[in-house]
Amino acid sequence: MKVKMWGVRGSIPSPGPRTVRYGGNTTCIEVRSDADHLIILDAGTGIFPLAQSLLARLPVEANIFITHTHWDHIQGLPFFVPLHIPGNIVRIHGAFDLITQQGVEHVMNVQLQYSYFPIREAELKANVEYLTLTVGKPVRVGDATVTPILMNHPVINFGYRIECNGKSLFFTGDHEPWRNIYAPEESGWAEYQAMIEQRQAELEAAIGPVDLLIVDSAYTAAEYPKKIGWGHGTFDTGLELARRTGARRLLCTHHEPTRSDDELERVFAEALTRQTVAGCEVMLAYEGLEITL
Amino acid sequence: MPQLSPELERRLTAAVDRMPAFPKSVQTILTMTRDSNCLPKQLVGVIEKDPVMTLRILRVINSAYYALPNKIGSVGQAVVYLGLNTIKNLALACAAAGVLPRFHTDFFDSQQYLLHSLSVASLARLLCEKHARSEADPGDCYVAGLLHDFGKVVFAHTMAAEFTLALGIAAQKGKPLHLAEQEVIGADHAFVGALLAQKWQFSEALVACIRDHHAADVAPQAMLDCLRMADAICRQRGFGAAGNPWREEELAELPARFATATEAVVADLGDLNKHLAEAQTFAQIGVGEGG
Ligand SMILES: [Zn+2]
Ligand SMILES: [Zn+2]
Repeated sequence: MKVKMWGVRGSIPSPGPRTVRYGGNTTCIEVRSDADHLIILDAGTGIFPLAQSLLARLPVEANIFITHTHWDHIQGLPFFVPLHIPGNIVRIHGAFDLITQQGVEHVMNVQLQYSYFPIREAELKANVEYLTLTVGKPVRVGDATVTPILMNHPVINFGYRIECNGKSLFFTGDHEPWRNIYAPEESGWAEYQAMIEQRQAELEAAIGPVDLLIVDSAYTAAEYPKKIGWGHGTFDTGLELARRTGARRLLCTHHEPTRSDDELERVFAEALTRQTVAGCEVMLAYEGLEITL
Repeated sequence: MPQLSPELERRLTAAVDRMPAFPKSVQTILTMTRDSNCLPKQLVGVIEKDPVMTLRILRVINSAYYALPNKIGSVGQAVVYLGLNTIKNLALACAAAGVLPRFHTDFFDSQQYLLHSLSVASLARLLCEKHARSEADPGDCYVAGLLHDFGKVVFAHTMAAEFTLALGIAAQKGKPLHLAEQEVIGADHAFVGALLAQKWQFSEALVACIRDHHAADVAPQAMLDCLRMADAICRQRGFGAAGNPWREEELAELPARFATATEAVVADLGDLNKHLAEAQTFAQIGVGEGG
């Protein structure tokens, strides 16, 4: 498998001189299976340069897996140029929304309205298919399989485990480790703690010891107390997850948008002084980074 | 309202007294969900204390689409699996549906009534957001929409024969239902609904809004305007039904706030069905409650 990072920034695109080295586009990851099937994780603004790179070899058959519907993960979707070219096949995979009782087609339906975009969903030229996923149920994409895992975020968020010929990767999407809503002295604490621990164990079992773990590590441990409940992890929780699942490589992503390249390197180095993971290579995701598994 | 005879006044008061209390948990949840910072444990606490709502939420989660590995058995567990926001929205859905009592009559379709109330609630909130944001709270407009026709439920429960007659007159003569009610019963559902809202100790503004929603000559007021416009749109487009036929001349009587171009107001709202999806979902949740 080949993995390429096209967008590594969280929350909002952040171009400019302070983010040149790591990049300012929001989440988008290209995964190529060994037989060259195209899997795209999330459609942040990074999907636009990815789309440009695809135009040289039409027609395109793309499988886009949306982790969740927050803007920074779908904002680039209307600009996925292959959607507007006949002959392409674009499959969009994602979660069912319990509140609107609609599947993943809801995303495009909402985005592609005249008030927000000049082209309506019905006017797309490519052959677009929507596939609503079930937790834990693998989907085949050519020689690869993609399994959605339920994570913790203010909206339903799927992490995706991708396997191909014995190699594996897992991308969390946006994820905040669970946290007890009760204080230790309150009566609900113990029961809630047991549920969280069970949930954490389920998650770790589902992820397994992957070759590449890509995690949302938006914050530093020091920043986190002010961001509780926002749905993001820290460098430390990312490292912790890598250690507990036995990942061979950890890629930290969803960089805080206000953080400059220099600051990013500084806080990352700081986190590594607190904990390292034996047998695991740890790195910061940057735009253009390519990894072969 | 016309003067009520002592006998009628006694009957109406007795009818309102026989209605169930407004569930405290629903009111709390409607208030809490307006605050995005409400503490998870508070929300869980409120839901847990209401067994009917807990049951509804768990039923939706377990029946649905994520095919979760274990049956979700508690509200806390539901929060761990699906997150606070999802549970908050589901609670709101269940609260909204749960406010409207289940009742069965041959002459008044409670399913259609539920859909009408929820649709009016959604549109009233939307209209407020777009046209009266500085004058009224969209959340209050939602509640006003949800409860505006509650008087009909009182009639259906306690004066079934007379209410049936009024519904018949409204349907056959294309007469506004509230006029038919006044003719047959001597008071209309707006009046009785306001009595009930008063008993439930809702705000003055909400009580007035329910009381005046069919009055032709009251001063314009943001929440009332949004409610009446939403009601008109829903009845004209047939989103649910609550026994009141739509008449073309109503377009001329709509609140001045929107009078310049009613159709433009509606067009500006975009695809109405999209906005009403939520109402349809909530109506289903309400019906999912068996027995
Ligand atoms: Zn994000
Ligand atoms: Zn997010």
